[in-house]
Amino acid sequence: MPSTPCFAPVADHALLVELGETIDDATSDRIVALDRALADDPPPGLREVVPGLVNLLIDFDPCATDHRQIEAAVRNCLAHPPAAGRAGTLREVEVCYDPDLGHDLASVAEQTGLSVDEVIAAHLSGDYRVRMYGFTPGYAYMSGTPEAIQLPRKPAAIRGVAAGSVIIAGPQCIVTTLLMPAGWWVIGRSPTRILTGDLDHPFLFDVGDPVRMRRITRADYDRKVAA
Amino acid sequence: MTTARLRVTFAGPHVSYQDGGRPGLLRFGVPESGPMDGLAHAAANLAVGNPADATAIEISPAGLTIECVDGGVTFAVAGGGFVVDHAGTRSGGWEVRTLRPGETLQVQRGHWGSWTYLALAGRIEAAEWLGHTATHTTSGFGGGLLESGGEIVIRDSRISPERERRFPCPVLARAQSTARVVLGPQLHRVQPEAVAALLTGAHTLSDSYDRMGVRLRGPALAIADALSIPSEPIVAGSIQVAGDGVATLLLRDHQTTGGYPKIATVLAADLDRVVQLRPRDRITFQAVGADRAIQIARLHAQRCAAYLGTISTPN
Repeated sequence: MPSTPCFAPVADHALLVELGETIDDATSDRIVALDRALADDPPPGLREVVPGLVNLLIDFDPCATDHRQIEAAVRNCLAHPPAAGRAGTLREVEVCYDPDLGHDLASVAEQTGLSVDEVIAAHLSGDYRVRMYGFTPGYAYMSGTPEAIQLPRKPAAIRGVAAGSVIIAGPQCIVTTLLMPAGWWVIGRSPTRILTGDLDHPFLFDVGDPVRMRRITRADYDRKVAA
Repeated sequence: MTTARLRVTFAGPHVSYQDGGRPGLLRFGVPESGPMDGLAHAAANLAVGNPADATAIEISPAGLTIECVDGGVTFAVAGGGFVVDHAGTRSGGWEVRTLRPGETLQVQRGHWGSWTYLALAGRIEAAEWLGHTATHTTSGFGGGLLESGGEIVIRDSRISPERERRFPCPVLARAQSTARVVLGPQLHRVQPEAVAALLTGAHTLSDSYDRMGVRLRGPALAIADALSIPSEPIVAGSIQVAGDGVATLLLRDHQTTGGYPKIATVLAADLDRVVQLRPRDRITFQAVGADRAIQIARLHAQRCAAYLGTISTPN
């Protein structure tokens, strides 16, 4: 179990709750559990809870509550953990590993001493879980990239990485949503839309959801993107 | 139902549609966006009889010139001290007037301020994203930037002579060079002398200033083990310190997470006024405790509500 959590005030409207020091599954599970507990029983004045990798940010209305009351509500949630943790909803991401779309496949293979097919097989075998969204709309940071294909990020970001790119660095994996610079390794492209366009459920994943990658052919990819 | 149409004869960079903002989606990587100066945006809207959070046009010092093509519409300009030319009359904004067909309205950089708001009586047509027109400038999602040659369409447009008047800029909407902060949340990741440098050093805003944030110039702020921090949630007002000791104050279109230590966070109550500073203006930071910050927030909310109450009723 964690030592006592750390609380730090953020300006006049938020509290940062740190539940661990290193990025690991145990810390992440505690964050997801607290996030859900606060969603089930929100203290008065709560505006928003933002899960991070080792902490959560709790944003509140300073006219309705304060840092102290929010801290008390969090301590209460932590003292009464839910009986059974919910597992999240299994989500599927389709990935096309065509070398024209996964520009860095060959480079990842070379650096890891694997064949391109082995890199793809390793990526497909990963047991992914959404740890947080960050940086920009819909960028879901997933843990679970297998050790065999873990690489440090590139020394500098590459401009113009297409939306839908499947990128990896260290144990993390992201399916990008915008044309943006990225310093991670581009190993494929996905037609799966993280920004769903559905107003009732605009983002595919919830934090804590497990994710499975499924391989599709280039023809499938082209057809799905055209649709 | 009347519709007014305006032609954009000139729009400088950083001129965008903004409603009151898109709150509650930080957990999906989406910052709130919305007006840089929320009080001025609300005042402009209320002055023409719109809801406080209606879509208005946020104008940067690069300016905006529009011509009324069709219909007519009552408008207000509020925020900063910009120069407003309309139908042969020049003013400093903070005024409600009516734009009629054939007339031109020009809003330009004035003596002070970085952002001003043009509210138009009625409903501005602008693209929504997740239920809001607030423009997230990094992605372009939402209403988007205005472009020269484009058109502004106002549905259910109104001409309201009874609202035409001046409403001087209140003290609480003037640019403020002292930003009150709560130190942290990563105080343990910076060297103690960095806090002293933040609070006593001479800082100015750099030219690197947009809706995402403004880089500061001043003494370097020494950080401890910058590269080992797991990426974590950020709010508007965060002052993050990069590995080179340069501080950036993050603003409405901020990235939602980041791995640089945050030495302090500017109170939301001060942010509307701090953003009205300009590049090369001095800024100083004053630390307050969390309890004092809450008191400041509550007092600020009361003052804003009282001020906006005086704006929303017609003459």
